[in-house]
Amino acid sequence: MSQRERRRGRNQGMSELFDAAAIALEAAREAGADAADAVGVASDSIETRVRGEEIDFVKQARQRTLGVRALVRGPEGVRQAIASTADFAEAAVRAVAAEAATLARATAQDPAAGLPEAGFADPDALPDLALLDPADRGTGVEDRVEAARRAERAARAVDPRITNSEGSQASSGFSRVVYANSAGFAAGYESASHALFSEPLASGEGGMQRDYWMSVGRRLAELEAPERIGARAAERALRRLGAKPVPTCEVPVIFDPLTAASLWRQVAGLVNGYSVYRGTSFLAGKLGETVASQAVHLVDDPLRPGGLGSRPFDGEGLPSRRTVLIEKGRLESYLLDTYSARKLGLASNAHATRSAGSAPGAGATNLFLEPGQGSLEDLIADTPRGLLVTELIGMGFNPVTGDYSRGAAGIWIENGALTHPVEEVTIAANFADMLQGIDAVADDLLWLSSVASPSLRVARMTVAGEA
Amino acid sequence: MTESSARGFFRDRFGLDDRSLEGALGTALERRVDHADLFFEYASQSSVVLEEGIVKSGDRHLEQGVGVRVQVGERTGYAHSDELNVESLQLAARTARAISADSAAGGNARAAVTTGGRDLYPVARPPTDTPVEDMIGLVEAVDAYVRSRDPRVHEVMASCVAQHRQILVMASDGTLAEDVRPLVRLNVQVIASDGARREVGYQGCGGRSDFETLLDPATWQPIADEAARIAIQNLGAEPCPAGSMTVVLGPGWPGILLHEAIGHGLEGDFNRKGTSAFSGRLGERVAAPGVTVVDDGTLPGRRGSLNVDDEGTPTQRTVLIEDGILRGYLQDRQNARLMGMAPTGNGRRESYAHLPMPRMTNTFMLAGEDDPEDILRSVDRGIYAVHFGGGQVDITSGKFVFSASEAYRIENGRIGAPLKGATLIGNGPDVLTRVSRIGSDLALDRGVGTCGKDGQSVPVGVGLPTIRVEELTVGGTEG
Repeated sequence: MSQRERRRGRNQGMSELFDAAAIALEAAREAGADAADAVGVASDSIETRVRGEEIDFVKQARQRTLGVRALVRGPEGVRQAIASTADFAEAAVRAVAAEAATLARATAQDPAAGLPEAGFADPDALPDLALLDPADRGTGVEDRVEAARRAERAARAVDPRITNSEGSQASSGFSRVVYANSAGFAAGYESASHALFSEPLASGEGGMQRDYWMSVGRRLAELEAPERIGARAAERALRRLGAKPVPTCEVPVIFDPLTAASLWRQVAGLVNGYSVYRGTSFLAGKLGETVASQAVHLVDDPLRPGGLGSRPFDGEGLPSRRTVLIEKGRLESYLLDTYSARKLGLASNAHATRSAGSAPGAGATNLFLEPGQGSLEDLIADTPRGLLVTELIGMGFNPVTGDYSRGAAGIWIENGALTHPVEEVTIAANFADMLQGIDAVADDLLWLSSVASPSLRVARMTVAGEA
Repeated sequence: MTESSARGFFRDRFGLDDRSLEGALGTALERRVDHADLFFEYASQSSVVLEEGIVKSGDRHLEQGVGVRVQVGERTGYAHSDELNVESLQLAARTARAISADSAAGGNARAAVTTGGRDLYPVARPPTDTPVEDMIGLVEAVDAYVRSRDPRVHEVMASCVAQHRQILVMASDGTLAEDVRPLVRLNVQVIASDGARREVGYQGCGGRSDFETLLDPATWQPIADEAARIAIQNLGAEPCPAGSMTVVLGPGWPGILLHEAIGHGLEGDFNRKGTSAFSGRLGERVAAPGVTVVDDGTLPGRRGSLNVDDEGTPTQRTVLIEDGILRGYLQDRQNARLMGMAPTGNGRRESYAHLPMPRMTNTFMLAGEDDPEDILRSVDRGIYAVHFGGGQVDITSGKFVFSASEAYRIENGRIGAPLKGATLIGNGPDVLTRVSRIGSDLALDRGVGTCGKDGQSVPVGVGLPTIRVEELTVGGTEG
């Protein structure tokens, strides 16, 4: 079946991207590229925020970008460069492809660069990952304003101490992605993302506190009810009133699902094939070694139905597949695209990320820690003295050495029970020791982004606060 | 009125003449509104990255679009499109005005003023016209230089970016403003290894200038030297102590303290809404006597500088704290109007696809009179922090962090062993009340700052003289 036939039945938005990508590939070859690939992305979005009884803003947008990578073969390797544009006129697309080819001739020859040799996904048999509900296309500004308004009212109704807010925000976005290359692969898919977010303020002893709650999904019907989101956000802000530092100490630290997910985001960076071959990760060269406690089973699954990171094929056209990164604490896989795999003498595991304006990279899709047993409450009850962390701020992490030190807020635990809220403290340790020190994982896996975790406990960290 | 370059550019390239602009603005104004504006942008960017001794890829991007905004009271309607033509402009204008229910008494669109009248960053050639061979030559020279300095240099990543952005703003109050903004940057990352340990060092520089400035070895060699020095020195760094202690901050980039602890909390949007820890505190003491902090968008060639902000308001020097007393907020037009204050030229946006918000430009503390050496000698036991990574703040509680990437122990007034990086945490509204010494050595950073707010990134600058702060919590691991 030819590419043109395959495009039949596509909506106009998709064929615009297929056509632009085809022109770009042809123009890159005409300009002297030996191989090329192209990425087209188009999106439509609505975003609104209600604060108090007023609409704060309503925003509507439409954006498109086309990126072309030109590859020029030399005796010692492949030279490459990328050019991108928002202008889809044929002349502009041709110009940008020619520019990529010209730019590529100036870069160095790299034996590892180039398209995957084979193994592309079958464009006619892409898995249906439930990334969009066609009925949601009918949503408009009024619907989204109403959802935000309901969340905002619910947040403000919880308690008289909820006196203000940064507002409640609702958004809906629809996007189309097409990837095509000179090896003959061309495929695309559509997806949607809907979110509702509420951020109220509580006032009381010791000043003001804010917090948030949210719900995100591929289908509007999956979102939590606006009233629940608002109420939960308000409860989270209220429980922070009266927060204070604690004396500097070494204690067990429990991470709730949101803060625990941030640890796995860092692991995603550490096992990224590029960090590994560059030596900018302390996990480089540790494949097959025990890098975390027995309780850690970390999986990346691009095929999760309705997942926020799901996709039928990766940024180089290879079919998506589930990958176990850490099993019972043992490092099983890195996240690899074709280039980083070649650098490491391994095979790609279809984890190429790609945007219109950049060369392929490697990254996670739906990354999660397999849940353990028991609830967060059980974990707290099992902790004589320690800190439950509910928010982390700052970027105090060095992936080369593993040194970890971040600002934290949460709730103090004494005799297995929550006591008072805590703020203005830092938590610090070496990240390698933190991974080895995970001594309990709860069963409350929570998906609020493409990286998810249940609550977990790290046996010992330094909490710095008062003298 | 003189013919201006950005205005002529949009007219010649996209056929957007004054009549079509006024037509779109008129559509936006068919309902009763307080303010409406059109923001046009055309930007190009080139970059190259070197690793493992070679430039593996280069890239070039073109971005263009228009944003149409309508404001009524606290409400904003916004629509943007990457199609720069009259039809999409009209469609965006109709979408944006939908937030206003009432019909207008009549439009008041009238474009008659050209703002500007100065150029803080004149360049003979846009940085994006730099031949790619020159950009590649620069990162290759940096790589060869760093590797020749010390055998412990294990790996070098060097990248450079050239950007050229043209903007045009037309607003319902008659504003017609334009700006042509060059921006260049060099980043150097060095991995050092002594066989047993591996450490990283970063340094960078840049600003609103031509690219030729970066090509001068007098510009890039000190940056390359610094990146290598930090990486090699960290090979011997000891664990950082934990707890509350005296901290001396070095000059320049440690000014990120002001950005996080003070700057964000003084942005007009948070204060208009009453959600900042600084809300309603104008005229109150928020810093020790002698502490004066300003935000200044008018410094020639600086990364955070602008001729006009993204709403067409000329930038200015705004005093935030004067001798310890809170004096001012950073304002865009909407928040200034709603608070009955004057705009301060701080209405900024990442691109046409984003709404303007009050943002910082170059934020720094003015120099004091203390000798920096004396300040260090005055500390019995504490920490001397000279280089930082990023920071973050919770505007409402006022709690902020910033993370040191180069720090030393101070013992009996002398600089001691290098320490591993650690996060410092404090409370914005009172941290500056504990500044006890202010050095005479004010320095601005080297031009690498990027500030994130509500998902939007904009280039900024910071600056600080050497200061001594009592009782700041240091997030190390040693009790």
